[in-house]
Amino acid sequence: MTSEVVARLEQAGKRYGQVQALDRVDLEVRRGEVLAVLGPNGAGKTTAISLLLGLLQPDAGRATLFGEAPNALAARRRIGAMLQTAGVPETLTVGELITLFRSYYPWPRTVADTVELAGVGDLLRCRYGRLSGGQQRRVQFALALAGRAEILFLDEPTTGLDVEGRAALWKTIRALVGEGCAIVLTTHYLEEAEALADRVNVLMRGRIVAEGSVAQIRARVAQRRIGCVSRLAREAIAAWPEVRSVACEGGRLEIVTDAAEAVVRRLLAEDAGLGELEVRRAGLAEAFVEITREAA
Amino acid sequence: MNTIAASSEKPFSNGAVLASYLLEAHFEFLRVLRTPAFAVPTLLFPPMFYLLFGLLLNRGNHDAAQYLFATYSVFGVMAPGLFGFGVGVAVERERGWLSLKRVAPMPPGAYLLAKMAMAALFAGIIYAALAAMAAALGGVRLALAQWLLLGAIAAFGVLPFCALGLVIGSRANAAAAPAIVNFIYLPMAFLSGLWIPLSMLPGVLSQIAPLWPAYHLAELALGVIGQGSSSGSVPWHILALVAFTAACFAIARRRLARAE
Repeated sequence: MTSEVVARLEQAGKRYGQVQALDRVDLEVRRGEVLAVLGPNGAGKTTAISLLLGLLQPDAGRATLFGEAPNALAARRRIGAMLQTAGVPETLTVGELITLFRSYYPWPRTVADTVELAGVGDLLRCRYGRLSGGQQRRVQFALALAGRAEILFLDEPTTGLDVEGRAALWKTIRALVGEGCAIVLTTHYLEEAEALADRVNVLMRGRIVAEGSVAQIRARVAQRRIGCVSRLAREAIAAWPEVRSVACEGGRLEIVTDAAEAVVRRLLAEDAGLGELEVRRAGLAEAFVEITREAA
Repeated sequence: MNTIAASSEKPFSNGAVLASYLLEAHFEFLRVLRTPAFAVPTLLFPPMFYLLFGLLLNRGNHDAAQYLFATYSVFGVMAPGLFGFGVGVAVERERGWLSLKRVAPMPPGAYLLAKMAMAALFAGIIYAALAAMAAALGGVRLALAQWLLLGAIAAFGVLPFCALGLVIGSRANAAAAPAIVNFIYLPMAFLSGLWIPLSMLPGVLSQIAPLWPAYHLAELALGVIGQGSSSGSVPWHILALVAFTAACFAIARRRLARAE
């Protein structure tokens, strides 16, 4: 099920003085999918996004939007973006800002749709500078939505949002994907990528070190976690050859292992009274730590 | 019907582009209007300067009063372009607003035209204030055509300074921009003979004066009241200003394309 590629980096490189910010990066965004670009600070996430947005030119390779150069006006009329720093003029009202951004696009959403999707309906008459940080972030999301873009670039979109704000934004993102919109998401919150992303690219020092679906990325980590309540001593289990680590929290053991079946068999054999047994595969967070450690 | 496919094919009509330009100018106007800390000093500074140095220090000399009115008009219209673009663009560039608008498909000229329209409006207000003071306090008497011609020179004279401001704004950081603008604005005003006629200054300053756009604009203004220097004709001064403006816009455009 390969669908149309709408944005692409091909062997893209970007250097700032001595620092190679991106090195031969290949990346594809397809219609109707959420691509999460993950990586530690300074890995090159924002540089990669800036190349796709046409804010930076690659030193090597190519960046394209809909097969065109990203700084072509025709390509830009089909994208929307929420950048990390927006610098929105503080003296304009939310309604005025949305009106201005709608005017840039040939086929914009209605104001009512835009504010509904971004959850800023009660803020239309407020000046931007008087809003809280979370409200400002939602207004920036509204500006990204106003043009009914076919690709949305969201650079750390939920930074500064509270729990409800984040949930609302996730819900909107899912609805947009349902309409066929492609979304490129960079985030620090791995649970966000886990909840939303169809595919994940992990960047490390300017290179892509892992690429695939959330499940594929997770599967790269053999580790699983075993939780149980047992009379066995933590130190004793930690000495077993298959066990990587054991933690004890509130009387509950948390065992990390690459060989879950062997460890469970031995646990049950040594403690007939063992209870509350639970085995979980590593989450994206563990996979991410593992991948970045391998690549380092 | 697939609205997404339709959106990519629908051409952008001229009317929609025009509406976008007008909205941009409208909101630029509102933004400045709601930032009195920028608007009030920019509007008050040239008239205050004119009052102190052009009117109070010169009493009774009719030719000098006319000369100073023409040159202070030039001094006044330099400010909105230099500060509006020099400081305004530096701030919006640094804070990321310019990036966001470039990513959003803002029509390329809308941003600059909106700021130019604001600068021209400010220049018109400053000129009107200076003209009122000149007539009421300075004893300046001109024919209606001369008042209007000077006003037109003021309105179009903002353009070279918008362009110079844009060069500054495309590179300088926001905190340094006001100082850089002043460092260019005030010496250039002096070197162009806006405060003291060049004929009263060392000869070398007259020789290098054609380097400054303010000199050419002042010569055009002085020509209207019959006090222009004999060196250079009206077309030559206009050509110099057009060339300067075009060069600055070209430099700024290259810098902005590379910015961030």
